[in-house]
Amino acid sequence: MSINLQALFAQLLVGLINGSFYALLSLGLAVIFGMLNIINFAHGALYMMGAFCAYFLLNALNIGYWPALIVAPVAVGIFGMILERTMLKWISGLDHLYGLLLTFGMALIIQGVFQNYFGSSGLPYAIPDVLKGGMNLGFMFLPIYRGWVVIFSLIVCLLTWYLIERTRLGANLRAATENPTLVRAFGINVPRMITLTYGLGVGLAALAGVLSAPINQVRPLMGADLIIVVFAVVVIGGMGSIMGSIITGFALGIVEGLTKYFYPEASNTVVFVLMVLVLLIKPSGLTGRAA
Amino acid sequence: MKNKMTALLLGTALTLATATIASAQDKTVKIGSLSDQSGLYADLAGPGSTLAAQMAAEDSGLMAKGWKIDIISGDHQNKPDIGSNIARQWFDVDKVDTIVDVPNSGVALAVNNIVKEKNGVYINSGAATSDLTNAQCSPNTVHWTYDTYMLAHSTGQAMVKAGGDSWFFLTADYAFGAALERDTSEVVKSSGGKVVGGVKHPLNTADFSSFLLQAQSSKAKVIGLANAGGDTTNSIKQAAEFGITKGGQKLAGLLLFITDVKAIGLETAQGLSFTETFYWDLNDDTRAFSKKFAARMKNSAPPSMVQAGVYAGLMHYFKALDALGSNPHDGAKIVAKMKEIPTEDPLFGKGTIQPNGRTIHSAYLFEVKKPSESKSAWDFYKLVGTVPGDQAFTPLDKSTCALLKK
Repeated sequence: MSINLQALFAQLLVGLINGSFYALLSLGLAVIFGMLNIINFAHGALYMMGAFCAYFLLNALNIGYWPALIVAPVAVGIFGMILERTMLKWISGLDHLYGLLLTFGMALIIQGVFQNYFGSSGLPYAIPDVLKGGMNLGFMFLPIYRGWVVIFSLIVCLLTWYLIERTRLGANLRAATENPTLVRAFGINVPRMITLTYGLGVGLAALAGVLSAPINQVRPLMGADLIIVVFAVVVIGGMGSIMGSIITGFALGIVEGLTKYFYPEASNTVVFVLMVLVLLIKPSGLTGRAA
Repeated sequence: MKNKMTALLLGTALTLATATIASAQDKTVKIGSLSDQSGLYADLAGPGSTLAAQMAAEDSGLMAKGWKIDIISGDHQNKPDIGSNIARQWFDVDKVDTIVDVPNSGVALAVNNIVKEKNGVYINSGAATSDLTNAQCSPNTVHWTYDTYMLAHSTGQAMVKAGGDSWFFLTADYAFGAALERDTSEVVKSSGGKVVGGVKHPLNTADFSSFLLQAQSSKAKVIGLANAGGDTTNSIKQAAEFGITKGGQKLAGLLLFITDVKAIGLETAQGLSFTETFYWDLNDDTRAFSKKFAARMKNSAPPSMVQAGVYAGLMHYFKALDALGSNPHDGAKIVAKMKEIPTEDPLFGKGTIQPNGRTIHSAYLFEVKKPSESKSAWDFYKLVGTVPGDQAFTPLDKSTCALLKK
């Protein structure tokens, strides 16, 4: 196959679009792991709930895409906080494996319930009118909606990074993870902070769900298909590293896009091949600190 | 001594006689509905196919004649190894006589070998690959509903005739996609068109933008979608997003089910043309059946053509059992009987089963309605043409099935 420069640019851009989903999802996972030490396998199911939430808002309450961008993450975030308060709280301090199994079980239950009611083939969700259509960039036709997804998720990622790494709230949070007893002595309500953080991570997943609803089908298994890749992204980026997961998310989207161009059959596996390579060379991930 | 001998002989004769009577009256049959119960093909087959099998058992009239019909279901998860394991266990442990449905050509071909080895009956409705009645044909197999040859010849030919003479394929990277691309390419070439390229994508892909961009830059007039289920709906939706249809290229959804059209939404799907062999709103018979079916489905969906095929195939199977008078537990014998009797049922009408196992019935070219034309929840299709059975499927002289060379 001769390399067509225009096609290559197009693939890079497409990769960037997928990368923004990976980045948003892996960011949520990194926040939850970094702050709560929970490997949140329910992330994919919560992402799916975000998409379904947008679908219900539109079809049952006639609330459109823009309000859904705020309402759905908040609603699913609250659901996440309930999960944290009622279940996850009890296993804090135990081995990671317990959190992994508990959240994996929760994911199966949530998916099962949705699948029971909505089947597996998915529901349509239209692109909002303002973002319909596309621009001809010369080398490719860029749907406006996808351009919006890249820009919006980049902003959200950077804001989250800023919130955790550069504000007082974030500093308290990081301190609470380091040494909860000491932080509590300063009069900070650590359990509430942890609940809110889980809510934030879950909200990010739901936001990604709303963003993806118009592109993909709103399906009960949409998260299950994605979550394994996102975990690979988090592992490559370094568990718990906020900036690492953002950069890796975008980068792997691009790598995957290029693979789809050069050797499409491998596009499902390339991320895992990279994961193995990274783990062999640098087990803590590209930006992770050694444990 | 003489008396003793007579008694012994008499006893043996009696035992033999009762044994023969017992086997003559064996009116039990066990059917396994093997399908994708939770993945991307679950809505077009899955639990609905099991329901269709149950309805066939109820409507067959065999139960009133003293038959006992047992239906069980299994989930092959679209994995040939899992499907083969279930099939083996069904035959060896559960004493299943017949396996029905089995969407996913990869799994279908694997199960085909096992049914032949165990001398069971295989009524496949869900899989597309035409290999089931060609290179891989078996005396134990009946292939109902559709196959890749039929899809290629109806939709493919219609597209080329309408001026679409250069093709680019988006192909699902497994047995089904390969067979559909192969059969369609042949049709395109023999009708004077050419294939300018193609790309193979992994099964169950969420994002098609990279592949669609390649299709777009190929400048082919037609983009043939040799995939199914969620893969097809995603391709069509995203093709609209990338302005592919507006740019003058046409999409050929080579295999589309009613559940897919529902998932895409009429807004995006309108105008798509494709082939199916069953639609709930074809005539009074199909409407009556679909109403009964939908009332028992969780989401009130009418039957897909795969589910309709499970019903019709089993109805015919029961007819053969009735004609035989009892269950001989000999798959090849039952299938031979099925081939002997002409098929006739309310869903597919009159037809026959060819010696290679292919069921012959009409196929229909449909076009998806505009949202304004749709009057009810599942009112999706306009009938644009009917292909008679003898033109829709592989002619016998072109079939490569070894059963024909005796």
